[in-house]
Amino acid sequence: MTRFFASEFFFNYTRNWSAIIGSALMFAFAFAVLVGPFLVAQNPYDIASLDLMDSYKPPMWLEGGDPRFPFGTDGQGRDVWASILYGARISLFIGLAAMCASCFIGTFLGLVAGFYGGILDSIIMRIADIQLSFPSILIALFLMSAVGTGIDKVLIALTAVGWVVYARTVRGSTLSEKQKEYVQAAKVAGLPNHKIIRKHILPNVLTPLIVIATIQVGTFVLIEASLSFLGVGVPITQPSLGLLIKNGFDVLFSGLWWTSVFPGLAIMMLVFGINLFGDFLRDELNPRLK
Amino acid sequence: MTITIETQTDQPLLELKDLRTHFHTFAGVVKAVNGVSFKIGAGEIMGLVGESGGGKSVVGFSILGLIESPGKIEGGEILFDGEDLAKASDERLREIRGRDISMVFQDPMTSLNPLHTVGDQMDEVLRLHSNLDADARKQACIKMLESVGISQAEERLKAYPHQFSGGMRQRVVIAIAMLAQPRLIIADEPTTALDVTIQSQILKLMRQQIADNGASMILVTHDLAVVSEMADHITVLYCGQVVEQGKTRDIIESPSHPYTRGLIDSIPDPTDRMARLNQIPGNVPDIRNLPKGCNFRARCPRAQDLCAEQEPTLKPQHNSLVSACHFPLQPGEK
Repeated sequence: MTRFFASEFFFNYTRNWSAIIGSALMFAFAFAVLVGPFLVAQNPYDIASLDLMDSYKPPMWLEGGDPRFPFGTDGQGRDVWASILYGARISLFIGLAAMCASCFIGTFLGLVAGFYGGILDSIIMRIADIQLSFPSILIALFLMSAVGTGIDKVLIALTAVGWVVYARTVRGSTLSEKQKEYVQAAKVAGLPNHKIIRKHILPNVLTPLIVIATIQVGTFVLIEASLSFLGVGVPITQPSLGLLIKNGFDVLFSGLWWTSVFPGLAIMMLVFGINLFGDFLRDELNPRLK
Repeated sequence: MTITIETQTDQPLLELKDLRTHFHTFAGVVKAVNGVSFKIGAGEIMGLVGESGGGKSVVGFSILGLIESPGKIEGGEILFDGEDLAKASDERLREIRGRDISMVFQDPMTSLNPLHTVGDQMDEVLRLHSNLDADARKQACIKMLESVGISQAEERLKAYPHQFSGGMRQRVVIAIAMLAQPRLIIADEPTTALDVTIQSQILKLMRQQIADNGASMILVTHDLAVVSEMADHITVLYCGQVVEQGKTRDIIESPSHPYTRGLIDSIPDPTDRMARLNQIPGNVPDIRNLPKGCNFRARCPRAQDLCAEQEPTLKPQHNSLVSACHFPLQPGEK
């Protein structure tokens, strides 16, 4: 740990304001989704704790506001602040889980395509090319309409969209990595291919993935929000931030703006934080920018 | 198959018979190795010499079965201890690699993986090719590192390649190559990337390691000076073909092929400060489109009409030499 604090990485981090703001936002969200739900009095999805008399209360600083609901309430009397904390939990979970799955599948396919080449490479990369020629939201929409809605289905759709970037990046690095003499040396030593891939190629292609993975969490949060907003995302019983916006959108023009503006701001800050930190990582981990 | 016991003991460790490795590229077939034959006995060092693009390295990779598409071994035999490696399965080749035949690469800066410790990379070879337990493997690695002249070997096992200098890294690479006590080592330009001051140390070390382990070696290099110090026999390649073979002393003292003569003359003479550096005029011809007759014809000072029409074949010359030339040099002739 002391080595980390003495590293050039940490030194540059302490001098980069956007990195500090970005990581602060990320940590704030991580803290909020882990601890937040225990700090709010109301569970917005426990019907017993709701009171219809509290519906459409404005934020507490406006006339008619209630200090119990700092950001107001929605049509069922749910606290917007509590909904955001619960919703961010789902949004972030989907973003992270889909990123992990994409990264795993994409890296595996990229390694296989790059190392073995030939017909396997052609098949994998052509599928990737085709996929990249469609907007990702369209593919996700199409898949969701085919397999139905639900958190697991959203994960499948996002993974199907997200693996491509990893596969392409990893394949590229693998192609250059397998020309290196130490890979030849490992072959000469009689190492079987799967061990060469795992031990000598995989660790050397991972660095660019860290950046892609970070930024992708933000992208996935946005795609999930769009899907939910369009009504094919998460079920209404487990609303993510996107679904909260959709719920509030119906009454947005009746002057009840708080029900969708605050979840929207939450998404914005989350993705903004992730991207700021991702940019810093990209600058730090790319030797060509140094 | 009736092989008498007598011929078995005389059997060379490695024998290449008319090895042909071709690369099928868009621009045509590159005959990188086109009919190379030689023998190496146990404990011998064979120098494989030629210019860049002469097919030297491809010979080494062919022996190990590491020729990748678009390359292919088109024909010939690679008899290692009587077994034809050109026909061996991938499984069998993997067994042989590292254990019976290993390789030292040109650039020690890139032939060690930067992400693993030296100890880890040494251990890998023993894990694959021995039945030793973890402790015995570690002891073997330490002993090996010490024998290539690395002090504080036990601590050095935990070091990463970037913590070593170029010469030290090449020592590590040699240590890795020797670990499983292979019977044949292919050294591909092992000193080319090193400082001149380090070169002779490394060569000495390699010769000593070969002698200590009773192994044989193929020393691939473009540097005749290096070979003349190390090798028992020399094979000179030109355009993928053997142009001259023989005992090192015979070749260095009086080669019979004009190409070998040219290579020897292009070694600078440090005692004559005013002398211009000799060179062989011209370039290696396009190997996809070799001329009729002798490949060396266009660059050869002795070329005559016959050289353009008929390709010379390997013929015995003076002393131990065999060369492919219509008008070979006689002993003493410049």
